[in-house]
Amino acid sequence: MIRGKPDDDEYWNSSKFKAFTFDDEDDDFTRLKESKRAVNSILVEDEDEEDEVEKVNWSGEPVGSISWSVKETASNIRSTGEVRDLSFPKIDTAPSLPKNSSGYSLSSLFKGKAKTGSLQSFSESFSEQSLRNYAPELRKPKSEYKDYISDWTPEETVKRMQQGKAYSLEKFHFLQDKLLLLDEAVNAHDGNVITAVLIFLKKSLSKEILFRELIAREIALRHYIHYLKEMGEHKHLVELFKSLGRTEDMALMQYRDHLNIKDENRRRDFLKNCLSLPFSQEDATHVLDHYTLLERQIIIEANDKHVESSSQADIFKKYPRKASILNMPIITTLYYSCFYHYGESEGTYSSPANIRKTFRISDKQFLLTCLGARAKLKAWFDVDALFTTKNWLGYTKKRSPIGFHRIVDILHKNNAPVQVLQEYVNLVEDTEQKISLAQKYKCHDVIINTYRDLKDRQLLIGYREKVERSSPEYRKIEELLCNSQIRWKN
Amino acid sequence: MSAHLSYGRVNLNILREAARKDLREFLDKCAGSKAIVWDEYLTGPFGLIAQYSLLKEHEVEKMFTLKGGRLPTADVKNIIFFVRPKLELMDIIAENVISADKMHSPRDFHILFVPRRSMLCEQRLKEQGVLGSFINIDEYILDLIPYDSDLLSMESEGAFRECYLESDQTSLYHTAKGLMTLQALYGTIPQIFGKGECARHVANMMLRMKREFAGSQTQILPVFDSLLLLDRNIDLLTPLATQLTYEGLIDEVYGITNGYVKLPPEKFAAQKKQGEAGKDLPTEPKKMQLNSAEELYAEIRDKNFNGVGAALSKKAKIISAAFEERHNAKTVGEIKQFVSQLPHMQAARSSLANHTSIAELIKDITTSEAFFDNLTVEQEFMTGVDTDKVGDTRSYLHYIKLGHNIDSSCVFAHVIPQVNAYIEDCIAQRDPLIKILRLVSMQSVCNNGLKQKVFDYYRREILQTYGYEHMLTLNNLEKTGLLKPQTSTRNNYPTIRKTLKLWMEDANEQNPNDISYVYSGYAPLSIRLAQVLARPGWRSIEEVLKMLPGPHFEERQQLPAGLHKKRQQGENRTTLVFFLGGVTYAEIAALRFLSQMEDGGTEYIIATTKLINGTSWIKSLMDRPEAQTL
Repeated sequence: MIRGKPDDDEYWNSSKFKAFTFDDEDDDFTRLKESKRAVNSILVEDEDEEDEVEKVNWSGEPVGSISWSVKETASNIRSTGEVRDLSFPKIDTAPSLPKNSSGYSLSSLFKGKAKTGSLQSFSESFSEQSLRNYAPELRKPKSEYKDYISDWTPEETVKRMQQGKAYSLEKFHFLQDKLLLLDEAVNAHDGNVITAVLIFLKKSLSKEILFRELIAREIALRHYIHYLKEMGEHKHLVELFKSLGRTEDMALMQYRDHLNIKDENRRRDFLKNCLSLPFSQEDATHVLDHYTLLERQIIIEANDKHVESSSQADIFKKYPRKASILNMPIITTLYYSCFYHYGESEGTYSSPANIRKTFRISDKQFLLTCLGARAKLKAWFDVDALFTTKNWLGYTKKRSPIGFHRIVDILHKNNAPVQVLQEYVNLVEDTEQKISLAQKYKCHDVIINTYRDLKDRQLLIGYREKVERSSPEYRKIEELLCNSQIRWKN
Repeated sequence: MSAHLSYGRVNLNILREAARKDLREFLDKCAGSKAIVWDEYLTGPFGLIAQYSLLKEHEVEKMFTLKGGRLPTADVKNIIFFVRPKLELMDIIAENVISADKMHSPRDFHILFVPRRSMLCEQRLKEQGVLGSFINIDEYILDLIPYDSDLLSMESEGAFRECYLESDQTSLYHTAKGLMTLQALYGTIPQIFGKGECARHVANMMLRMKREFAGSQTQILPVFDSLLLLDRNIDLLTPLATQLTYEGLIDEVYGITNGYVKLPPEKFAAQKKQGEAGKDLPTEPKKMQLNSAEELYAEIRDKNFNGVGAALSKKAKIISAAFEERHNAKTVGEIKQFVSQLPHMQAARSSLANHTSIAELIKDITTSEAFFDNLTVEQEFMTGVDTDKVGDTRSYLHYIKLGHNIDSSCVFAHVIPQVNAYIEDCIAQRDPLIKILRLVSMQSVCNNGLKQKVFDYYRREILQTYGYEHMLTLNNLEKTGLLKPQTSTRNNYPTIRKTLKLWMEDANEQNPNDISYVYSGYAPLSIRLAQVLARPGWRSIEEVLKMLPGPHFEERQQLPAGLHKKRQQGENRTTLVFFLGGVTYAEIAALRFLSQMEDGGTEYIIATTKLINGTSWIKSLMDRPEAQTL
């Protein structure tokens, strides 16, 4: 097993690789680290690993697995594969019969399960050849063939369908029989059979009657809806929903189709058409908003593209647009507007004020979005203005619908300088929270002033240890500690 | 590859062998050399059944992925399509067949539908004019795939959506069929219990099928004593919560598909390429198989993540000590003995290295503030604490320690639920939409719906931030009951929580004594139902059962004479628990925990339509999975 590598002996005999010891009181994750180190220190030849461990190629697929082999064989296609034997007989290749076998086989476990059955109704027309290939059992002896034309009850028919044997639905002439057949299929719970019967009913009954009967049969109805959806028969489906009175479902289903429309103008027109659909009250508002939004985005996009390409505005030169604004959510659009169109008058479609009003954006959302955009541009003056309110005496005050600690987080994420940060840290009301934020973002002044206001000499002394000697902060603390005016509480 | 399937209480390898046999039979039906064209989705599930070598033995020379246009050239007699019955796949197949015909290269075409052939698909092929080109159209009944020694999955992603949103019961039919197969191999299951509409349906179908196959009773001593069928929608809460077991977290963070996980390669590169650092660092994710074949993984996967570090370090000591043995090996015999153990030790070592790396990756996430905040809010919902009115949760969050000092009988318990500030913050920060939907749904489920004002508020915020088209998704969540406006003021959840003891104080994560350890305090409702059923029985919780949707029932199946099991003193019962609509790894861990309890008396085998987590589950209900992001 061990192949002669020069360092083998050294490995074998040396005690360089010691058993490791753990301090059991350590928390789990320091142990985790140690166990990793320990594991790595046990040097073992790589080749030997392959004996016992499953082979895995690096991309991770285990060698020999199916998904690995698909990639392997596909990449090995020989160019000589083009030469083809043209003489394969096409008609005579009847499927070779399954070998008779003992032991378990899933499909042989159940009696009556036809192995080469066909679900297709035998009354449907086939070309001679496909019939032979596709439903080989039709070539069975005459005696068995006779069976097909005998009168099966709905129950027997359904059973045959389930078993994949040939069957005929055409003989169910009367509505009563057809419905019995449907009920029987539903009882069998086999989706394939139910669908097959429904297709037959769709062909042979008028819509009015079919819909009427389906209303009384919930399960069959669901399968029918599913079938129509799968087949993309939307018109038929809309009629069905209408007759069921399920108008909201119908509206949503039609609205869903906009997802498949790529072209923005066509999508907009499609959404416009959706406006008249019978949505629930809330959904109707959202669809209207969706339409209005896309309509505006198209206008803004065209305009900004033009401005950008003709280099008319500095902002686009400085911060080139990364993606088009089309089909973005409204909050993203607002962000974009606050970024590129800040300060425009409310009259323009692209102005933040207009968007805020049209789409009824909450104060919080507006503030957060605006703040994010202006902070990104390092427009601290704009940021300041967002929070400044004047009372009737003309005094200014900073107010915010969201806690100032959140504002600080956002500003920090956008790399705001300490001067800006500490102004907002100061506005945090809860003292404990203020201190922890100030510590997190190194706003020394805030901390020092707070300790001073708390008259807490001990904390101040403690903090002195944390700042650099001869820094302005250090000096400030020193000054305070020497200040005899302050009445320290400790 | 499959040995680990045989070691469990029930030998699931029998099922795998049966499935392999079927596959071989089909391949032999198409005489001569063959190429398989794969519906890519199927390669994963098939990988659990067979290796390429099996296919090769049956003259499969090439394998391709199904895609439009022309088939790749292959010098074979047969082309076999392995596909799910999906209409869009039929169009691709038709394209393949037609373009192949143009090249005048006659080959035999076959289709193998997995798991069932479908009327609609065959009709579509006919419309495309290619149905006649196929020699064989067959189905490969792959209902229940053995996933591990105690776990079966149908790997049917859409099952929950189909059952509870689209009311399409096809997957229930497949479930019933799968259970019939299982009974054919392992004997009739004498008792069937169930809770929920879908459970009722499946039981009905099983009983009906049994009547139909009355003549073909298998004379096999029953392996399972009982079957428990559970609807996913009786417990919508559990999958929404973040799983806290090792395996559960791997799934939450990286997603486990068909038993494999893809991991970022960086952590694994260093150790693999020791000494030659910097040399072509792999950029592709590392793919690893996760199952009980790996001894260490079987040991740690069901542990609460907080107990994994200790287990790994213990293992490291053992392995290291084993390697140290070499110093003691003096005689040739001793050295020989040591060497013979080397391969096993090396496998253990590499397994340990891998899991240490994975645990580190996971740890980076679980120790982050974002993870902690999210978990805290989840636990507030689950315990019924609702702290925030107008104020701000985050300052409050900082002094709640994970799973410790939240008291379920806390004074906050009856505060009216309001807009949650944390969720609001997450929306404002444009966190992933699925995260938001998980939290909002959880708030709704734990409060029997949201107050109309709160409901409307969330809706508006979500649509404005993530796009109006998500109206469709929100409607879907509403239809499945995950998200709804309150219709009555009565909330059953607190009663259910108290009766079933869904919240346990001081859950012991290291040495658990209750299933609640899998969510660090929350005991999954679904598993509590299984636990109570085993002892003392559901009669003790009639009231609670009535509060959950759908009927609960018990059926008995007659056994052929002479097949009644004589139980030995102290012998455990074996129960198959089937989750209709999906199960999480944490729930599985909880059942395994119950199996291993000394005085438990019941061992569990788990079956499901699909292994899920909150993210994959919500995703399956979205109308546009790829949400637009900035």
